[in-house]
Formats: sequence, structure tokens, C-alpha cells
Amino acid sequence: MRYVQEFRDPKAAQGVLRAIEAVCTEIGCTADDPLRIMEICGGHTHAIFRYGLDKLVPAGIEFIHGPGCPVCVLPMARVDDCVEIAEQPGVIFCTFGDAMRVPGTRKSLLQAKADGADIRMVYSPLDALELARRNPDREVVFFGLGFETTTPSTALTLQQAKREEIGNFSVFCNHITVPPPIRALLEDPHMILDGFVGPGHVSMVTGIHCYDFVADEFGKPIVVAGFEPLDLLQSVLMVLRQIAEGRAEVENQYARVVPEHGNPVSLAAIADVYEPRPSFEWRGLGEIDASGLRIREGYRAWDTEAKFGIGYGARPKVAEPEGCACGAVMTGRMKPVACPQFGRGCTPDTPLGALMVSSEGACAAYWTYGGARAVAAAE
Amino acid sequence: MCLGIPGQIVSITDAGRQMGMAEVSGVRREVSLAPVADRPLEALVGEWVLIHVGFAMAVIDEHEAQETLIALRELGEAQEALEQMAEGDRALAGVHAGEGTA
Ligand code: SF4
Repeated sequence: MRYVQEFRDPKAAQGVLRAIEAVCTEIGCTADDPLRIMEICGGHTHAIFRYGLDKLVPAGIEFIHGPGCPVCVLPMARVDDCVEIAEQPGVIFCTFGDAMRVPGTRKSLLQAKADGADIRMVYSPLDALELARRNPDREVVFFGLGFETTTPSTALTLQQAKREEIGNFSVFCNHITVPPPIRALLEDPHMILDGFVGPGHVSMVTGIHCYDFVADEFGKPIVVAGFEPLDLLQSVLMVLRQIAEGRAEVENQYARVVPEHGNPVSLAAIADVYEPRPSFEWRGLGEIDASGLRIREGYRAWDTEAKFGIGYGARPKVAEPEGCACGAVMTGRMKPVACPQFGRGCTPDTPLGALMVSSEGACAAYWTYGGARAVAAAE
Repeated sequence: MCLGIPGQIVSITDAGRQMGMAEVSGVRREVSLAPVADRPLEALVGEWVLIHVGFAMAVIDEHEAQETLIALRELGEAQEALEQMAEGDRALAGVHAGEGTA
């Protein structure tokens, strides 16, 4: 338990860890026959590695890192679309910084910028709207990316653009939703999961009932969790208790931030602006039904796809680079270190796969904290 | 991008657009209050909120805000969020991001 001293409240952490051990003994899970718990959110993946939680919990628990890093699951063809839009004359292309280094087939947005495209990293879609106000003779495109946590921000920005009739602004919508990939993973016969740690900040928007099917249809426990180390340990304990008691329920460990029914203003804005696409491609996972959003007819004038004639799926699908195991890592079939490219062709400075780009990607998290931990363990 | 950062609302800047000024780790940033505007805007002044990409998404208590900030600092996420805010300001100023930041 050498890392416990890093916690702000080591006593509390030790108490929870002891309780986790007791329930593990009761369930009888072992290193050879572990319980597999998926943390869905990339922020959780990052925190698990930062605090070494995977090493702190008993060997009878295995964390499977879920698809909850929006940058990591973005299909390469969409990055190519971004580059194409950004390179058009007169365009100011705005993006969150996280997406800058994701490799496309030809280049990343960072390379396109170096080649002269006017690409700006913004903090908020509202910054992009402000750029459109200040540059009426330019076409401003915002690269809408992320789960339910960021979807309200672009929806509310589009509502504002429509109210003010700002005609030189549009959103390139690549928003995705959390529940459909969970369903896809649960339906995959190769994927054996015993329970879930659910995303905290996504649930702050959606509320907790969008996960009811996990418990009701698939009989698996799911606990919505905060991202601090103690939150995560407590949530793991809550999942284990459900398993030990033969229950499968949606529980909310993060009730201090996550309201049961979510954020009404955000949900209304999402419903007003967006509708589900029939299906959307996830890097490493393939096409998943109703997992992506597109802009509704009423906001067509602010839809980059309509404005620039870029339809979803028009581009042929792009195969993963040679030797890249992103798909296997993404579905928990392979650990990042087992990928032949890990640390060789692929590092955070020269990412080959998207899982190495964002701090929330499993490979980048392994790389950043795995080395330091190995050194500490050798002491 | 996915983790919010706590800030304290210090004033209302544009009631029509539901915008307010937030103080985030000593940095001031205008944010949209729309998601938490289920009360009169004035009542939000002094409150702590969790801010995601420029939108106040939830009102939280001060203790929660401090704990969250500590955790975000440890994860390196607080610094990242502050850098992104500065980057956004530069983008608005017309300076190409990345230039003059070394
Ligand atoms: S190491 Fe790189 S190529 Fe291999 S799975 Fe991770 S991101 Fe993909």
C-alpha cells in the first residue's frame, strides 16, 4: 500500500481498501479469475493510473479501460474532414486543444496549421462564436467533439448563433453519447464484464437513468463516480457489494455533483439542436447504432456538413496504421504495453494511435505513470 | 476537456445572454450561466460552479470546489484548463495560438 500516503486522507483510503479486500474474499475473486470492472470515462482512466489504483486494489480486481475518451475514438476519416475544411480559403477553424495532435491519414490539425491553415485552439465554443462576430467576412467553423459533457456547450452556442443570426458560424458535429457503446460492449460475447464505474461529469448532464438498461437488461451493477481517488475506491466497493449481494442497480456515488435527473437546461438544448445519427463509427470499435449526434434540420444553416457538403460516411473508412493495436486495447483485450508499437513507434510526442494522444487515453496514461511506478516499485 | 474546473461567480456581465464573470484559480473568465440559470442570475453571484468549456454546469459548495481543485492540480488538469483559457484569449486577440507562448 505504498501509494496510499499520496492521498489527502490516507486513513479513509486504507479503510475503503480493507473493505474492498473483505468483499473480494467473500466473493472469492482471484488473480486467475478476477472480477472485471470497466471504468467508462477517460478521466477515471487517468486518475486510476495517476494514483496507481490498479495496483492498490486486490489482484482479484481487474480494471478494463472503457471507450470514454472522445479524442481516442474519433475516426481518422473525420480528422481528414477537419483538415480539408480548415485548408479552405477564408476559413477560421476552431478546436479544443486536445484534438490538435490526433493523426489523420494526411496530417494532423497541428501539421495543417504549420502548413498555413488558420486553425485556432479555443477554450470554449463561445470563443469561436465571438471570432465569427469579430470576423464577419470569414467563415468560422467549430469542431464539436465530446460526450454529453461538452454537447450542451455547442448546443447552447448554436442556439445563441441562431438567435443573433450569425451566419458565418457553423459547428462540425462529432458529438457522441455514452450509453450506446456500453450496450455494444455488453452485447459483445467476447467481452466479459462484471460491473461498471460510470462517468461523473457526463452524468451531471444526463442524470443516472440512462444507465438503467445496464442493470435491468444485462444484470450488471453500475456506480456513477467522482474522479478523486477516494471516489473511485468507494465506487469500486459499491460495485463489489452489489455483486456480493446479488444485486444489479444504478447507484450514484457522486450525488454531491450529479443530480438524479441531470441538468434540465442542457438536456433541453441538446434535444432542440441535435438528433441521433443512424450509426457512427468509433475508432477501434466500429459502427455503433445511434451513438453519434447530428444537427437537426432547424439548424441546417449552422451545420458545417451542410455548408461544406461533407456528409458523414462519404469518405472511405480508414484502416488503422500497421502494427497498431488500438482496437484491441480499446476493448480491453490487450494491455497497452502488449502493443508492438508501445514506446517504440508510438509515444505521446509521436502518437501513432489516438490512445497515445490524450492524457485520458489508456496508452498515454500507461506511458506517463507506468514508468514512474516501475521505478518506485524497484526501490 | 471532459473534467470541469471550479470557479466562483463574481459578477453578471450580460444578463440578456446569461453571461457572468468567474474567477478560476485567480484567473477571470467570462462564462455562460445558462445551465444553472434556474434561479435569478443575481443569486449566482458568490456561488461556486463547475465550469466545462466556458459553461457553468452545476452549482457546488465551496468545500467541494476546493477539494476538486486540489484533485485537478494533482492530475495536471487544472493547469491544462487554465492554459486552454489563455489559449482561447489569444485566439480571440487574433494571435495565432502557439506563437509567442514560449
Ligand atoms: S501504443 Fe499506440 S498504436 Fe499501440 S494501442 Fe496504444 S495508441 Fe495504439
